[in-house]
Amino acid sequence: MSNKPVPHAKLAAEFLKDEPHRHFHDERLWDMRQKRDEQMHIMPEWQELREQASRLKEHTLAHLPQYLEQFEENARRNGIHVHWARDGAEHNRIVEKILRDHGHSSIIKSKSMITDECEMREYLEPKGISVTETDLGERIQQLDNQLPSHVVVPAVQKLTSDVAKTFAKYYNTDPNIDDPHALAEAQRNAARPVLLSGDTGMTGGNFLVAETGSFVVCTNEGNADLSANLPNLHIATLGIERLVPRMADLGVFIRLLSRSALGSPITQYTTHFRKPKKGGEMHVILVDNGRSERLGMDDFWTSLKCIRCGACMNTCPVYRRSGGQSYGSVYSGPIGAIIDPTFNAKKFSTLPFASTMNGSCTNVCPVKIDIHDQLYKWRRVLAERHEIPFVKREIMKMAGRLLAQPTMYRLAISGTEVALKTMPRFVLYNYLNPWGKHRELPHPVKETFHSWYKKNRLNKAKQHEETQA
Amino acid sequence: MKIGLFIPCYIDAFYPKTGIATLELLEKLGQEVEYPMDQTCCGQPMANSGCNRDAKETEALFIRNFSKYDVIVSPSGSCVHHIRDNFDAIEQTDEVRHVRKNTYELVEFIHDVLKVREFPWAEFPHKVGMHNSCATLRALRTASMSELGEPFFSKPKTLLSAVKGISFAAPKRPDECCGFGGTYSVTEEAVSARMGLDKVTDHHDAGAEYIVSADTSCMMHQQGCAERNGVPIRFIHIAEILNGARS
Repeated sequence: MSNKPVPHAKLAAEFLKDEPHRHFHDERLWDMRQKRDEQMHIMPEWQELREQASRLKEHTLAHLPQYLEQFEENARRNGIHVHWARDGAEHNRIVEKILRDHGHSSIIKSKSMITDECEMREYLEPKGISVTETDLGERIQQLDNQLPSHVVVPAVQKLTSDVAKTFAKYYNTDPNIDDPHALAEAQRNAARPVLLSGDTGMTGGNFLVAETGSFVVCTNEGNADLSANLPNLHIATLGIERLVPRMADLGVFIRLLSRSALGSPITQYTTHFRKPKKGGEMHVILVDNGRSERLGMDDFWTSLKCIRCGACMNTCPVYRRSGGQSYGSVYSGPIGAIIDPTFNAKKFSTLPFASTMNGSCTNVCPVKIDIHDQLYKWRRVLAERHEIPFVKREIMKMAGRLLAQPTMYRLAISGTEVALKTMPRFVLYNYLNPWGKHRELPHPVKETFHSWYKKNRLNKAKQHEETQA
Repeated sequence: MKIGLFIPCYIDAFYPKTGIATLELLEKLGQEVEYPMDQTCCGQPMANSGCNRDAKETEALFIRNFSKYDVIVSPSGSCVHHIRDNFDAIEQTDEVRHVRKNTYELVEFIHDVLKVREFPWAEFPHKVGMHNSCATLRALRTASMSELGEPFFSKPKTLLSAVKGISFAAPKRPDECCGFGGTYSVTEEAVSARMGLDKVTDHHDAGAEYIVSADTSCMMHQQGCAERNGVPIRFIHIAEILNGARS
């Protein structure tokens, strides 16, 4: 993985240049946020559910080893093979070994962010194992060789005309037909033979249930069920934080998940996997990849409560105008900005600064993660580790000194007034002035409040005293 | 009750009218107000950039200027949010705790502490769009937040409703952030300016002649975006309207 900080500001500026994409992206995601609001309004118990979900997750995380062992024991009893992966590399080796043991070489896979996090395709494909994404959005991203833009709608930054061009290249369809139904049909026609011939099915999973040793996959396209059920071998990869203690707890999360994500009451398919089908084999790989380390971080452990609904992305005014690709990570938007630095603090050092700290993300989060407070805390951590640009550090040092000395400060801002009044426009708005690139500067004024107050309150009071005397 | 008036740097330098209106309004409401001459800033720019240590001396100066007052009032929600919720670069002495606890944003001070609802001198015959900054909305909680589905309330609107002739526009995304975000406005200038343009366009399309806010920093940014893009809308701080400005 390259360590170079992701140039979020630059990538976002590029995304904004194209009017149709910019406009569609903002409106589409804002529409999802509004549909989420509608669902919230018809459920008087919404805030209570959020509170319950948060408490359940915090309880589970506080007793994680115990519940993980309970899950493992029950899953094994159900006939599921359970594997533990310390990191992405170990996960990928486990998948490879399972396939080699069966003499398999092709995977049909439904959407799962965690296999992207493990960079599984990049590992398996050079070894002659093909991986075909069966989720429409994830497949589009795979064909274009891009990371998912959004955890729920991976290709949301694209217009149907972009998809038509991509499909034309790989599926020989007409590049000018961008009707969504025709595109979905093209994907279906291309995917079905692969689904029927694939020898291994892979899915992610939304929840692990400790008490039953089962796991739950929530999808809308039905591709996960085909991927899991057509082949005889099913491998599911889940992060260790995906646990809930009891079956009864699931209802809280199922009710929140799709309402928060898409504003629909429930996903089209909510599939419970409990044991392998007759004659089949089922494997669950539980991935740590930095999660247990994060669990030990006082300020950031609650980010493990995330159920990947994407509501924080939909509401985020910065994400809506930057596009998911500008985050350079599998996880983008506000949740990405607080968990990505736990994977690589240097590479993702720019992301906690890709926020106005408006706090809308925290308010929509169904498990009540204090996302914007964590963004604020990450900024401190990164500044202290010197993971912010040198120039910014120096400017802040200077600002801190100047603002601590009233006399120097007064001198400095009297300069600002003169500058605004007398400098030619091209000096004020040159390329070094990022404020002025897309905005006008404030207007110069005759006097500061400070000097007005001196004249109109202090001096008058003095005159008054003198006349009295 | 002796009030210390905190006028943040950008209001002092670029929007003295807002500072004057705040002072005059508090005086009209019978308050004893003083402006300590050695004040500069609350330390927010450094703290928000992660450079909290660099805010230490500025915060110390703030305490030297303001600890002698019973309450501190400022016409800037985001500065008050910093003082109340994040002001921790310096040691938390009794003085510091006193200042943090007794610093109010102007609207909440009038609404919650003075409990004034009448402004007989005020008249503003214009349609206005209310801009609640994210700090006043989600940190100081001076209005209801759309994400939580709570019953509607708005302290600034309650105060403005007493102003003769005023009417309110209804923008489509009333509590979407305008994109200022302090240093964010320059570190991510493209996204910031786009958000600002979207914000002023939303208000203009809803028929607002003015955008009114308790945060001048948001309006400084919005005004810059409106002027550059030719969106015909004006900006005024809530203190000026409540103090009797007609335009």
